[in-house]
Amino acid sequence: MKEKRRKERIDRGIKACTDDIYCISSLREIAYLILPRALPVLATVLVLLLVPMYWKKVMVITFIMAIMAISWDFMASCGLVSLGQALFFAMGAYASGGLNHYLGWPVYLSLPIGTLLGGLVSTIMIFPALRLRGMYFSMVTLIIPLMIMRIIEATKILGGTEGMSGLTPLPGLAFSAVLSLIAVWIVLFVLRRLVVSDYGMIFMALQDNDRAVEASGLNTLWFKVQAIFIGSAMCAFCGAFMTHIHMSVGMSAFALDLSIFPIASCVVGGIGTLAGPMLGAVVLGPLSEALRSIGTFRIVIYSAILVIFIVGIPEGIFPYLKRKYEQTERWV
Amino acid sequence: MSANEYLRVENLGKNFGGITAVNQVSFSVDPGGLLGVIGPNGCGKTTLANLITGFIKPTSGKVYYKGKDITGLRPSRIANLGVGRTFQMVKPFYRLPAYKNLVIPLSSPKVRRMGGHLGDKDSTALDILEDIGFERDSSIPFQPARNLPHGYLKRLEMGRILALQSDLIIFDELYSGLSLAEVAGITPLIKKLVAAGRTIIMIEHRLKELFRIANKIIVMDQGTIIAEGSSREIMKDEMVQKAYLGVELKK
Amino acid sequence: MIVYGFINSLVLALIALGFSMTFGISRVANFAHGAFYVLGALLAWLFLMKVGLPYFVSVILAVVIVGIAGALMYKLLLARLRGLELSEVISTFAVGLIILELMRSLGVMGFQYRLPPFYRGSVEIMGTYVGIQRLIIVGAGIALLSALYFFVHYTRVGLAFRGVPQDDHTAYTVGINPDRISMFSMTLGSMICALAAILIVPLGTISVDSGYEILLKALAVCIIGGLESTLGVVVASFILGYAEVMTAMYISSSFTMVVPLLCMLVILLIRPSGLFGKHKELEERI
Repeated sequence: MKEKRRKERIDRGIKACTDDIYCISSLREIAYLILPRALPVLATVLVLLLVPMYWKKVMVITFIMAIMAISWDFMASCGLVSLGQALFFAMGAYASGGLNHYLGWPVYLSLPIGTLLGGLVSTIMIFPALRLRGMYFSMVTLIIPLMIMRIIEATKILGGTEGMSGLTPLPGLAFSAVLSLIAVWIVLFVLRRLVVSDYGMIFMALQDNDRAVEASGLNTLWFKVQAIFIGSAMCAFCGAFMTHIHMSVGMSAFALDLSIFPIASCVVGGIGTLAGPMLGAVVLGPLSEALRSIGTFRIVIYSAILVIFIVGIPEGIFPYLKRKYEQTERWV
Repeated sequence: MSANEYLRVENLGKNFGGITAVNQVSFSVDPGGLLGVIGPNGCGKTTLANLITGFIKPTSGKVYYKGKDITGLRPSRIANLGVGRTFQMVKPFYRLPAYKNLVIPLSSPKVRRMGGHLGDKDSTALDILEDIGFERDSSIPFQPARNLPHGYLKRLEMGRILALQSDLIIFDELYSGLSLAEVAGITPLIKKLVAAGRTIIMIEHRLKELFRIANKIIVMDQGTIIAEGSSREIMKDEMVQKAYLGVELKK
Repeated sequence: MIVYGFINSLVLALIALGFSMTFGISRVANFAHGAFYVLGALLAWLFLMKVGLPYFVSVILAVVIVGIAGALMYKLLLARLRGLELSEVISTFAVGLIILELMRSLGVMGFQYRLPPFYRGSVEIMGTYVGIQRLIIVGAGIALLSALYFFVHYTRVGLAFRGVPQDDHTAYTVGINPDRISMFSMTLGSMICALAAILIVPLGTISVDSGYEILLKALAVCIIGGLESTLGVVVASFILGYAEVMTAMYISSSFTMVVPLLCMLVILLIRPSGLFGKHKELEERI
């Protein structure tokens, strides 16, 4: 007997999240949950394997930028909108570079220690601004990296304008590619897990109403410090990593691109989703590489994309894709 | 000071750039019972609440809670000592589901110390929500707080205090913006808290409802306390009538 | 030194004035401030040198065009984003970047891009020789500050200006369109910014990087003085102005940019609302 099949459109996302049993009830439902997570991972691995040498390097830089973007997004969803992501990057770069250059530490020590040290130093530098909210905080974060840059120029510490060079490189492109790939996916999945945990809820609550968090008996300053440390340590890792890739560190670690690129990726991908920034970075990274020949005009293009997206598509790409995926029709 | 004196405020004062919001206020609260604070708009009631709970640093004066000087401590420290408060402007954590709103206070050091970490925070939160009238089996506790109507949000504010298990509770205009039916729904919850031995300070504009449940009333005007007494005494007080109540209550 | 400190302070005040004014009225932090500054100077240069208009005309044209740019930015971008602080910050920042980096990629650099001073020559005041251009800055600065003060405090539009930031909805009910007032404030802020640029730039050259520097200085002054307080701007620029001159004299001129940072951090630690800020929310200790 021929059963009449009809098309059903359900919000499968909601169902998958609320009914634990449902989501493991059939292979199809398992696939429904696993595929959107597994496919991008596979895709990045494959792309990394297949593309030629030059584009491998581009991919590595893209992944690093994706980490910066995810970090920005995380901090923004804690209510800490930073316009000076370059500061965190530079602190990581200088910390790791300094450890390697002055103390002669090998890469496998200077990279992790530089990451932690960079995160710590950035947190201390941002600390005075933590009592400010919203726009006021952004203003200060814009100033601090540029001022630090001037201080380094003026005092000629840490190599002054030239910076430090002749650092130990990472062992081979393959190694750095794998490292960056693993790092970006770990950061993404761990953070996405973190923000739905009870501990992460506190960070999310900080943006909505920090006074109520304080009235709930939680020290907001302390949690903001933690948020900044988590975010800046991620950027510091990027800085430390790129330092060893370039084998030098200098004023370019404070470059404005580094502050504007994460923001652009987030706006394109979708603010507050964590996966969105990753997507945005993967779109914008190769694009910016392709545009390398036009020099600083790149920043104009980023900014233009930023403005267009923020006015036209404030939601971003990722939430749109997610909604469409969850609304897919199926035969029942 | 007597051993069982709960909260004592001494000569508390606050200036905002030349404007005196609270001027040399002193009073004390005994354990148990409900203290009402009333006064015309802008007389410094909310500032007083902010000063007691540490959200604003006082220009002068001291606040003692259970004999301990809590002036100038961080609001979170004060909350952990057992002074809970709600806000006049209801602003829950909009992005979080209603029950996750209560997970925040449930993560506080105070609750952890009291053993609140035992068991699932989510189910504790749902229990509290049920107590304050969120229908457990409906989708309401799971909705993001931004989708909830005003009455529920007010109750969510109360829920935060319940989750925190504060001993002294300051309600800042809990009734404002609520319909009579909603007020009637919340009043029993407050009575229950009083019966459970909590001490409550209510800052309120809805006098009729307040006078019915308050043991003691403080009337403020222009940053100072102008009268203090039971509801009945306050209603008769000439000065209070002139300053604030006008003819409204003479009937 | 006293004279130079005074001039330096007024330069800072001029720079920060437009920013603080826009922020005080419309609550938009105009991160494109530095860009408007360079744009103003560049337009004046274009009209003067390339088109060959008289000085006075080209100044007015440049100021008006920058004002229009400010108004357009408000109308096209910010009006759609009101209330979304995050988007406001990002979009003004992005507009600033577009303007500045566009200029950079068009090759606006070097010595030929310099405005001639209004008058050459110098006079002796208290034992130091001071260029007349600097005196003009002082005069114009004081004139602009006082004109603005009278405008805001003694005219009807000024009253609306002071009313809108307090409450948008109330402003609506008494017949003020806060959107239009905000746009007007944006225009005025950018015009002041361009005027400041034309006054100050003859002391140096037009360069893209100075755009960032100007934004930083404006921000530092505003944060120290308390955002939106005109008195705060004046006082903070005097503090910073003298501090900079003194560091340049006694320590090293390369440290001058360090001073604002240190001042700012200290102020933030002690009084987050700035010296003259009236922010109750910031006075709360969270």
